[in-house]
Amino acid sequence: MTVQPSPDIKTHRPVPLRGKLPLDWLGLVPFALFVALFLLAPTMYIVVGAFRTIDGTFTFDNVIGLNTASIRSAYWISIKISLASASLGCLIGFCMAAAMTLGGLPKFIRGPLLTFSGVASNFAGVPLAFAFLATLGPIGLVTVFLKTNLGIDLRLLGFNILSFWGLTITYLFFQIPLMILIITPALDGLKREWREAAEILGARGPQYWRMVAFPILFPAILGTMALLFANSFGAVATAIALTGSSLNIVPILLFAQIRGDVLGDPHLGYALAFGMIVVTGIANTIYIVLRARSERWQK
Amino acid sequence: MKRIAAWAALAFGTLYFLLPLMGMTEFSLKMRRGVYSLDAYARVLADPKFQETFSYSVIMAVFTILFGVLLVVPTAYWVRLKLPRARPYVEFVTLLPLVIPAIVVVFGYIRLYNTSSWLPLTGTATGTNILLMFGYATLSLPYMYRAVDTGLRTIDVTTLTEAAQSLGAGWVTILGRLILPNVLVAVLSGAFVTLAIVIGEFTMAALLNRPAFGPYMQLLGANRAYEPAALAVIAFGITWACMGLIQLVARLAPKPAIPVKD
Repeated sequence: MTVQPSPDIKTHRPVPLRGKLPLDWLGLVPFALFVALFLLAPTMYIVVGAFRTIDGTFTFDNVIGLNTASIRSAYWISIKISLASASLGCLIGFCMAAAMTLGGLPKFIRGPLLTFSGVASNFAGVPLAFAFLATLGPIGLVTVFLKTNLGIDLRLLGFNILSFWGLTITYLFFQIPLMILIITPALDGLKREWREAAEILGARGPQYWRMVAFPILFPAILGTMALLFANSFGAVATAIALTGSSLNIVPILLFAQIRGDVLGDPHLGYALAFGMIVVTGIANTIYIVLRARSERWQK
Repeated sequence: MKRIAAWAALAFGTLYFLLPLMGMTEFSLKMRRGVYSLDAYARVLADPKFQETFSYSVIMAVFTILFGVLLVVPTAYWVRLKLPRARPYVEFVTLLPLVIPAIVVVFGYIRLYNTSSWLPLTGTATGTNILLMFGYATLSLPYMYRAVDTGLRTIDVTTLTEAAQSLGAGWVTILGRLILPNVLVAVLSGAFVTLAIVIGEFTMAALLNRPAFGPYMQLLGANRAYEPAALAVIAFGITWACMGLIQLVARLAPKPAIPVKD
């Protein structure tokens, strides 16, 4: 006679096993697989490719190869445009957000302004370029108005929409709203008590701003500026739709390289893309670190 | 004094934002000489290429949203329920698409999934469409994940799950009939952002050579004068509609009884 194993033992056995082996992480497998295959692996492929020769050996030549006059100037113009549009976007966005929150404007302005900021910060890419061409282009609304009514010829003044300033002014259309959306909570977080305390101690308006409000807001402002910088540095569509390929900036150069290998060396293309990741990566790290610091005051 | 400065800042901003919108609208109406007309719009809307590319992008957006919901809702739910320690890491990963420019990601796709690779997605039109959808899903990941995660914060995930389990519900039932309806508002707001992103997206579609709306707009812009302005007005209207729908959905949503702090 054989002893049948009791069903109890069978069903009970897996329980302690399951207790030892944590299987909860299995729920993350689909997400991890997706991210690994379609975000991390493609990026890593480019990064690794930047340090490889065609035979597959390790090299710094590709990154050093970026140091040519045309690529250097492409990075330089890109950085200049991103810096200009980020700092102007910060300044103007800050003024508008401060006017809305602290400037004593009627309350009903706040809702529409924030909604519009949400729309405008998403209105980027090809259509944005069209809007500015129709406004500041050779026969755009503002250009024609200034010429016929005020006798100001923008072209004679050296302004061209397909230039550094043209691109910067266009980028501001999504930079300013983004600044407004991010800085408004920080401005709302300035407590009335701080101002009152400063005034009791004898501070005047500018003094309060210089010694209390601004130091509190500084990490938030600088962090947002880093975010805006990365935002415009990676913008491809607006630049291409606006200037075609007439302006030599990094995203346009990389786009042309992917399309038709204009640099004549695929690995130089990887290095170019790697450079972009480095720049936006630094900018975003600054943003994350400074945002953590600025949130200390927003409790 | 302060109030004057505030009004001045607002006036300057309003002028800066209104002028391009006026410029594109006025320009789009000028196709017929001497009078304002809707000719440019008629021309654009009648263009079969417009209809093709626009519906292509809308269909891509729908699939991207479906895929995004299927990926993000279970993940965000699972992280909140079982793996709260993993939350900062998952959140960080979902923010990466804001750090890595889209042009770099798609560059990697072209090298990694070309016809001579282990997963030759770019070999067929369907494969490329799927690859493009994955690309769009990464672009919308930061917005989708944040929206859903914020939605999950307002409900008590653990109690709801235990209640459903004690009534005999399986995981699919819990996710589909309990969690999803509870975060529907959040999912919808993520969906509309995704729609706005996908419809105008240029870089990925252009480099993967798919007939999407973004590359069509760019091509038209390079060759025509008035039609691009009409397209810009239409695109602005779509963006506005997407953002308006988000606000509408949020306003119509039933307020959660007791918000749960985490």
